[in-house]
Amino acid sequence: MRFTMSKFWALVPSSLIRLLGLAGLISLGGCSGNWGWYVVNPATETGRQNLAFLIDGLYYTIGLSVTAICISICLGLLVALPALSNRRAPKAINRVYVELVRAIPILVLILWVYYGLPQVASLSISVFWAGVLALAISDSAFQAEIFRAGIQSIDRGQYEASHSISLNYRDTMRYVILPQAIKRILPALGNQLVYMLKMSSLVSVIGMQELTRRANELVVTEYRPLEIYTVLVLEYLVVILIVSAGVRWLERRLETN
Amino acid sequence: MSQPVTQPFIQVRDVSKYFGQFCALDAVSLDIELGQKLVICGPSGSGKSTLIRCINQLEHHEAGEIRIDGIVVDGSPTGRAVLHNNVGMVFQQFNLFPHLTILENLMLGPVRARKMAEADARDLAMHYLERVRIPEQFSKYPAQLSGGQQQRVAIARALCMAPKIMLFDEPTSALDPEMIAEVLDVIEELANTGMTMICVTHEMGFARQVADMMLFMDHGKIVEMGPPKTFFTAPESDRCKLFLSQILRH
Repeated sequence: MRFTMSKFWALVPSSLIRLLGLAGLISLGGCSGNWGWYVVNPATETGRQNLAFLIDGLYYTIGLSVTAICISICLGLLVALPALSNRRAPKAINRVYVELVRAIPILVLILWVYYGLPQVASLSISVFWAGVLALAISDSAFQAEIFRAGIQSIDRGQYEASHSISLNYRDTMRYVILPQAIKRILPALGNQLVYMLKMSSLVSVIGMQELTRRANELVVTEYRPLEIYTVLVLEYLVVILIVSAGVRWLERRLETN
Repeated sequence: MSQPVTQPFIQVRDVSKYFGQFCALDAVSLDIELGQKLVICGPSGSGKSTLIRCINQLEHHEAGEIRIDGIVVDGSPTGRAVLHNNVGMVFQQFNLFPHLTILENLMLGPVRARKMAEADARDLAMHYLERVRIPEQFSKYPAQLSGGQQQRVAIARALCMAPKIMLFDEPTSALDPEMIAEVLDVIEELANTGMTMICVTHEMGFARQVADMMLFMDHGKIVEMGPPKTFFTAPESDRCKLFLSQILRH
């Protein structure tokens, strides 16, 4: 049995088909009575309600991730620019920020922003914005490194040509360097979006009603973790495969240009 | 063309430049009057490119002084202003902006740095594209053009900023042989209109035609300087004689 299975794996390299195979294997187990698909069976009223409850979390997962990535891209660019300076002080500021932020686990940052920050700044912060803030700060360090690499990959001659037609620093960046750099780093930005979608599941710990939190809550009332978390896995899988396909499409389009 | 002026348009005084331990320019002094056409030649690493890059402040000299129109050129705002109002540059590698069309390449400087209206900048760009004889290519991207065409676009881009002096840093060194002539023709035409220029090149036929002053550099120093007639027929220094005999042999 093990021999034939390993042969089977070798024949289907695609990870997606592997996963389907795994699902098939698990459903075999369902015959022995371990499965209770009824909790998410769309044919029944309760199943439909449960499914709708789970899928509704998508709205928050996507809203949270997209808001956070927009902020982290802007923040990352702001942090990357001092790194390109010839002077030591701006470079140091960039290094300190990147090293500091990268050293904090996202989960810890989420907890700190939600429970800690209101005490420091004496302000109340909603679950959504605490999640956005924590994810954006955490991701901005990586975005900064991506931008730095992208901008540094642009030929020195582009700066020299800009200088020779009297462009100032701002216009050189805006019209010459960044359009070329962003084109080069788009695949990396796409990866960060995928990463962000996955990390947003951590915001469930402060009560954000996104996909993972809803699954957790349903597990508590229905006590069918296997089925509910399987649905959760599929939810993330579908969203991320769609985003990945979008990124690849964008890459191909830019290549042909 | 050149009118009597009280001081040279460009004054280079004892300018030195080091790259680490390597001395690229060793106390170079040079005067350029308006209307003058100076051709610089010399072996690679002799400092000829560094000299014009220092004039344009793409490199910052460590000692000495460069004045353009009487104003000291350094990192200061007045220095930058006089540089930006007077000096255009053409590079060996063209350095066109690959993400912009030819027209956009030409309009960027006038619109963003000179605050010119888009329509005026477009007219100006088309005018100079006609002067370099490729007006029909205005909507293409640089990568769609041949090397010779790209360099002509680069010349037009510099001219759009209405410089008083043009610096050419080996403008034909990156070109295929059959494209060199079309670029040199454009530069020669420009010289005939009275444009002041400093050109670093190894094209000695072109230098003979265009230059009113030849300059030979070696080891960061000006070794020989003179009008082309005496420069080519009776060079004084042995180093220059050897260089010319090698470069003119074929």
